[in-house]
Amino acid sequence: MKPAAFDYVRLEDEAQACELLARHGEEARILAGGQSLITVLNMRLAQPSVLLDVSRCEALDYVKVAGGMLEVGAAATQASVEWRPGLAGEVPLLTCAFPYISHFQVRNRGTVCGSVAHADPSAELPLCLALLGGEVVLSSRRGRRTLPARDFFQGMLTTARASDELIACVRYPLRAAGTGYAFEEFSLRHGDFAIAACAAAVGKDAIRLGVGGVADRPTVVQWPRLPQRELETAINDFAWTLGAQDDAHASAAYRRRLVRQLAARAIATAAARAQGDTA
Amino acid sequence: MSTEKTQRIRCTLNGRRREGTAESRMLLSDFLRHELGATGTHVGCEHGVCGACTVRIDGVASRSCLTLAVQVDGRGVDTVEGLARDGELGDLQQAFRRHHALQCGFCTAGILMSCADFLERVPDPTEQQVRDMLSGHLCRCTGYTPIVQAVLDVAASRNKNT
Repeated sequence: MKPAAFDYVRLEDEAQACELLARHGEEARILAGGQSLITVLNMRLAQPSVLLDVSRCEALDYVKVAGGMLEVGAAATQASVEWRPGLAGEVPLLTCAFPYISHFQVRNRGTVCGSVAHADPSAELPLCLALLGGEVVLSSRRGRRTLPARDFFQGMLTTARASDELIACVRYPLRAAGTGYAFEEFSLRHGDFAIAACAAAVGKDAIRLGVGGVADRPTVVQWPRLPQRELETAINDFAWTLGAQDDAHASAAYRRRLVRQLAARAIATAAARAQGDTA
Repeated sequence: MSTEKTQRIRCTLNGRRREGTAESRMLLSDFLRHELGATGTHVGCEHGVCGACTVRIDGVASRSCLTLAVQVDGRGVDTVEGLARDGELGDLQQAFRRHHALQCGFCTAGILMSCADFLERVPDPTEQQVRDMLSGHLCRCTGYTPIVQAVLDVAASRNKNT
């Protein structure tokens, strides 16, 4: 398998990225880790005429805590976040989710911003961003703008990014005191695409549940701390709103069943962790 | 449509400076095999699933089929050819032979490169950690058990010697 021909530009910085995106628009793709993009190039599902490689832009290769968020630059790999010594204290949901993201060898090179940009409905990093109410910072010649995750993800592989914009960084909110987090996923083999994934955050007054792999984008719902019976009903009702489809991997009914099971498990685990956090 | 111009790629392959030419679209896996003649790296699925083409780029285990040759310009690439020193198999390779951790050997080059990176970062892994790392590789011969044993054996003997 060989990609169709394209021009390749190794970008120096964000300004050059914006300049070239303004010039080439939809003909251009940003190449970061390439772990999704080169796959689709190899299969010729995409045939851009220019690849703009941000992976060596040093100013975009960073992970830092700022303003109550963990901010991850466009060139930072998933491994650089995963192997961060303080991650479990900063964004514990990411610590729970990383083992489900493909494999060690792919996380070594794949980027966080790249996964968010690709917006696969079954991908873990977009789901975590949506659950936590994170932000995506988009940069173009017109300037920077910040979108909340719920406005950024618009459908299957579809986002609010304009064709002249670079995802400069994404921001995951740091853990909230007294809140527990959990992540559950089912796939046919470890590291495969999720057939269904659930992320949960449980605090003193509220339950947040996010589901990936079922609807066309990560979908989040929030409830008060419901009693067990009402929670089961709420999860079931929510599962039915996701518009699950039959496909080669699983039936819609099976996906709804997975959502009920995984959501209940994630919420119970998160609630127990919240309990431990306040004790 | 873009013009298919080629460019010089300079990299350090297994400690030696090498250079070759590549179109922008040439994958690192093809560059290693066809341009530099380093055919130890095998090519399986070409979409990042099977792990056969795994090499180390600046020390980090990565899929060479999901990397462009132009992206390693100026970087260090290590492949299975670099594991043996002076004609003697490295400790990982010896352990794979001792434990019968390969049969046909197609997947082995990639697995060895993953293990080499992994054991530097996780020198004393649990069996679960080893299996998790190996989940990024498909082996249809061994059933993985002897591979896990070989990796744990290398970790134990390296720890004994330090």
